[in-house]
Amino acid sequence: MSELRQEAEAIAEQFSDHLEVGPDEIEERLENLVNEYRVPLEEARRSVTNSYLDDAGMERDELGRGGTERVQVNDIDEDEQWVDLRVKLVDLWEPRSDSISQVGLVGDESGTIKFVAFETSDLPELEEGASYELSNVVTDEYEGSYSVKLNRTTGITEIDEEIEVGDNAETVEGALVDIQSGSGLIKRCPEEDCTRVLQNGRCSEHGQVEGEFDLRIKGVLDDGETVTEVIFDREATEELTGMGLEEAKDMAMDALDTTVVAEEMAEDVLGRYYRVTGPTFGRYVLVDEMEEPGAVDVESALIEARSI
Amino acid sequence: MSQSTPTREVARRVFASEFNDAGYTFKESDDERAPVYLLLPTGESANRVFFVGTLTEKEDVGEDSEYWRGRVVDPTGTFFVYAGQYQPEAASKLRDLEPPAYVAVVGKPRTYETDDGTVRVSVRPESITEVDATVRDRWVAETANRTIARVAAFDDEGNEYARMARDEYELDPETYKAAALAALEDLDETDELDPEAGADDAEADDAEAPDAAGI
Repeated sequence: MSELRQEAEAIAEQFSDHLEVGPDEIEERLENLVNEYRVPLEEARRSVTNSYLDDAGMERDELGRGGTERVQVNDIDEDEQWVDLRVKLVDLWEPRSDSISQVGLVGDESGTIKFVAFETSDLPELEEGASYELSNVVTDEYEGSYSVKLNRTTGITEIDEEIEVGDNAETVEGALVDIQSGSGLIKRCPEEDCTRVLQNGRCSEHGQVEGEFDLRIKGVLDDGETVTEVIFDREATEELTGMGLEEAKDMAMDALDTTVVAEEMAEDVLGRYYRVTGPTFGRYVLVDEMEEPGAVDVESALIEARSI
Repeated sequence: MSQSTPTREVARRVFASEFNDAGYTFKESDDERAPVYLLLPTGESANRVFFVGTLTEKEDVGEDSEYWRGRVVDPTGTFFVYAGQYQPEAASKLRDLEPPAYVAVVGKPRTYETDDGTVRVSVRPESITEVDATVRDRWVAETANRTIARVAAFDDEGNEYARMARDEYELDPETYKAAALAALEDLDETDELDPEAGADDAEADDAEAPDAAGI
């Protein structure tokens, strides 16, 4: 089958629910543009698709892609991809705009992702706790975080199956090249449901408060190609550094300075290699498990090096 | 300790022999505060480096105030690390450390031209920590791997830093591949001897470097 024929059939498939148009007619129009007018195939496809969108009175985002791909939510790492999902509705949030009919979290085995459905799409309401097969949803990206948008062409099928929802766990390995400010012995806001870290005794939400001590490390793992910011909570920090909260408080008390704690910790962990696993939160990986890779396997490193 | 930004520069892995050959720096934009990159001869940009080696010497070379110079040796050559009053943590680390010691260094490349026109490359450290032989061996293996991968991609179409390296240097990337392989092979041998053997190995490695680089 020629490339033009393939494109023609793909376009015909996309419009099959909306227009009576066959692949022959489409192929002819593509052929005219490509062979007669020397238009690149990509541009020809765009132009032909647009003219059928006009004929059908449709917007581009209403157009399904023929044969979208079923993906896991944690594998979504690209903007404006058309995908199919098999998810459980984990949480519904209050929409902040009248144009949004539903917003919340859906999840599958790999993790969770935000979803948005718009009033204009006229979709059936989804229910919290129920599981669905969603076809033709579009991925969206904002400051490195991904979400999916439901649209008029989205197919929604409720499925009678419990989906186990994962926590978007990632594993990263590299050298710990930096410990950022806000690490070591810190104070958190004691207000209910507020765990913000205090800056000079102030919470950005609740002002001057009597803070509660905690331990944490905000670090950077770097493998020479990419950097990943990782957060060790109190438990993980204790495991990493061997220093507990009481010991850290004593140390700060002796020095009349809390920054000595982070400095002491840096001595023990900076410049070492770690492999950590944990859920992702924005651009951070929250460390659940960690290990030091230990002695390097020189044999396999040599084999790998010689194979490059 | 630095402020976090999503665009933090990656710390490249490069052996001393390649690092010291990299005399050319450039910016990606005209902005006065745009980051400066060192052009690695194997075709990569480096605004930051991470290396592990043996601190063999340290000296306070400052006149009015303390200014520490450390020599950190890897299997291919020597990194020169300079820390003064603006790098107080790294400077006090150099003051306290007793060579020989394995150290891990995160830092920024710096270049300066001597009176006779030679460009010297050094490191302004962000952090220096004392580590053990396991970390050092892992770094050697990792850096060998990254170096060989860069050389392998040197002739790739669209490898703009390789193109830049071809324009700016008259250096054969294969030299660095040979040195990387030699470092890895050497690791394999020392591995079978005494794993606790420390600085002596590293200095022996250094002495072999000219041979390794000349293969």
